[in-house]
Amino acid sequence: MTGDLLSVVGLTKAYPGVVANDAVSFAIREGEVHALLGENGAGKSTLVKMIYGLVTPDSGSMTLHGAPYAPAEPRAARSAGVAMVFQHFSLFDAMSVAENVALGMEEPPALRDLATRIRDVSETYGLPLDPFRTVGGLSAGERQRVEIIRCLLQDPKLLIMDEPTSVLTPQEVDILFTTLRKLTAEGVAILYISHKLEEIRALCDHATILRLGKTVGTCIPRETSARAMAEMMVGSAFAAPARADRDLGPVAIEVAGLSLTSPGQFGTALKDISFAVKEGEVLGIGGVAGNGQDELLAALSGEALAVPDAIRLKGAGIGRLGPSERRARGLLTAPEERLGHAAAPDMSLIENTVLTAAARENLMRNGFLKWGAAEAFTRKIIAAFDVRTPGPGTAARALSGGNLQKFVIGREVLQRPEVLVVNQPTWGVDAAAAAAIRQALLDLAANGAAVICISQDLDELMEISDRFCALNEGRLSDIKPAEGLSVEEIGLMMGGSHGMEVAHV
Amino acid sequence: MLRLEKRPQPSQVWTYLTPLLAVVITMIMGAALFAALGKDPVAAITTIFWEPLFGEFAFYYRPQLLIKGAPLVLIAIGLSLGFRAGIWNIGAEGQYIIGALTGAGVGLAFYPMESWVIFPLMVLAGAFGGWIWAMIPAVLKLRFGTNEILVSLMLVYVAEKLLAAMALGLMKNPEGMGFPGSRNLRQYDSAHNAELITGSGMHWGVVAAMIAVIFAYILLNRHILGYHIRLTGQAPRAARFAGVRPARLVLFCLGTSGALAGLAGMFEVAGPAGQVSIDFNVGYGFTAIIVAFLGRLHPVGILLAGLLMALTYIGGELAQSNLGLPAAAIQLFQGMLLFFLLAVDVLTNYRIRLSRPEVA
Repeated sequence: MTGDLLSVVGLTKAYPGVVANDAVSFAIREGEVHALLGENGAGKSTLVKMIYGLVTPDSGSMTLHGAPYAPAEPRAARSAGVAMVFQHFSLFDAMSVAENVALGMEEPPALRDLATRIRDVSETYGLPLDPFRTVGGLSAGERQRVEIIRCLLQDPKLLIMDEPTSVLTPQEVDILFTTLRKLTAEGVAILYISHKLEEIRALCDHATILRLGKTVGTCIPRETSARAMAEMMVGSAFAAPARADRDLGPVAIEVAGLSLTSPGQFGTALKDISFAVKEGEVLGIGGVAGNGQDELLAALSGEALAVPDAIRLKGAGIGRLGPSERRARGLLTAPEERLGHAAAPDMSLIENTVLTAAARENLMRNGFLKWGAAEAFTRKIIAAFDVRTPGPGTAARALSGGNLQKFVIGREVLQRPEVLVVNQPTWGVDAAAAAAIRQALLDLAANGAAVICISQDLDELMEISDRFCALNEGRLSDIKPAEGLSVEEIGLMMGGSHGMEVAHV
Repeated sequence: MLRLEKRPQPSQVWTYLTPLLAVVITMIMGAALFAALGKDPVAAITTIFWEPLFGEFAFYYRPQLLIKGAPLVLIAIGLSLGFRAGIWNIGAEGQYIIGALTGAGVGLAFYPMESWVIFPLMVLAGAFGGWIWAMIPAVLKLRFGTNEILVSLMLVYVAEKLLAAMALGLMKNPEGMGFPGSRNLRQYDSAHNAELITGSGMHWGVVAAMIAVIFAYILLNRHILGYHIRLTGQAPRAARFAGVRPARLVLFCLGTSGALAGLAGMFEVAGPAGQVSIDFNVGYGFTAIIVAFLGRLHPVGILLAGLLMALTYIGGELAQSNLGLPAAAIQLFQGMLLFFLLAVDVLTNYRIRLSRPEVA
């Protein structure tokens, strides 16, 4: 390990109303894995966008290999040896792997030569991938390999990875880590963005911690406890959710043989899904994104209709009822996508309260809305779930993702559901707020509600679930008690079995 | 350098200011246009905006304002409900014609009987005619997924043919000495949509337009159905999640806008126009689309926009006859109004910033 590859001094970037980065400084050495840690909104994304040339800093400077470095656009960053794998992939579903890779190149070689190079790279770094497969049929982990190989073909000196493991099964994470270690052995530096602390402890050499746009500390992850890092991120200690012992009641909701065809070409069909959740129980449903989570939520919320007896609420078949009727019977849901699905972006919080709470919270009479009552209930949500907003009349899109999530969950929880289904309840929410949301879900169960939590955050599911199962290509795995479940078992349930073997050199 | 910066939420102030700003810019650019044509720009603008209201012959033009404004407002209110929900009825002109035909048809069928029930029956028939004409695109959309924009627009031309056929055939005045056109309903007391106060221009269509404005305001702001209309337009996926049934909304929005356009046609044929004739329709159904957007799809805004539009029509005609301005210049002037409205619209969602040079 030699000197600094990239050093960043006093980078500042302000957006209207918020300073995303305030004089951020840190350095990455050749051949190290450097973690960038911080909660959502801490400024990690802005920082790496500046390094990758997507955003121009307001002030501050960067040096790469001892020379001044100020990329005006990503192309300049790439030619300087900086590559980036984004959290959201930019791939065309209908094209093959090789074609997708060629699209990102300045002067793509003939497809057959490119395929050979893709095979070489994929074998060298243990990333099994067939260059001629269509991307639409690949798993999230395989898609990520396409993006990584696309970067590796440019011989990067610095590889930036934005939350790469959020879409992977534990087995796929292992494959990725093996690849990354091979790269660092060749002197490539990796800037690794994540908020999964155990992962960072396993992989990274150094960590820089951001909070509210400022560097608040550095540490060596192997020598620091996850809890200590979390507290540096949050800036204060927070309580982990406590679960009370509770007695399970009769079955509240039962799904039997639920099958639904896929809504779109690349959506997921639900295949013969069966489970039952008792009053007071929390069922955790894991799985890699895109394996039927959205479709299952739509089937439970009533946005997608099934045969009447496929879904039974307290014994009554509700498969053909729409969302309003299901809400009236006590089945409430909170979808993953906050803006545009769970909430209307341009409407005020009061109007968004009416979205699901109109009938249940008695916010209308003969179809006429009682705006006063709606505002009172909105204020109740804001107070109970600590939603940071100028007031209940603020448009939903003006709230940060985490605050809107608290509002959406709060809106459903405070309606006293008998069955609550949530999808990604703490996605993009800071650690303290996530703990509060999980606590609210546990409290709801303690009061006798059945809770179904669909999530990709395994730690979260292990923390709150009584029983655990996973979605894989629209099928539900066996359901097992969450306590004592090993990581290997979870991985197998998530079905990360295809493409699991690490290719050997 | 000017730079646009997205506002965190739409500006309330600019929502109200942009229509006024658009009118002012239109006046300035219109004045420049008229000056380029060699006319006195100040005289042209005052002829269009001032003469009809406060000029020498205002006693004649002011009632015209209501007569021309009422159908525009009535139709635009109906259209705005659909536009808010993303349901595009472009064929109000056709529904307006059919409403006039069914309304006049009922009146003519009773001729020469005199009874107070005839006019209310004509009102119902007019609304029904417009409604049924709008149900065609609605049902086709729901049943076969056709595009309501195309179907409703095409039906305008079908309605025009039907109008010509009626004026030349079934509804032709048997005592009309072979001229096309029906009996004049103004000479048939029971069917005449007469002025409620002589010389005011105030007829039942004006009353209906006022009621529609109030009805739409309450619907959109106080009722769950109006809320669902707004929700569907802004976030269709959230609307489905809320439990809105899109099919019901399509039927309601197209039906209501059709019925209101039909009413407007009926009031027109029984009052100001007086008879079913080949050239009965003068484009109210299309102009109402502009009125709806000029009024920000807001009931009160539509009321003001309808009156403004009527004013430019009356003033425009005045400018043509008094100053010899070409008709095309007047149409251009009216087009400018919509153009500038859309252009300054950007200010409600963005603010303009003077950007300083980037610091490296």
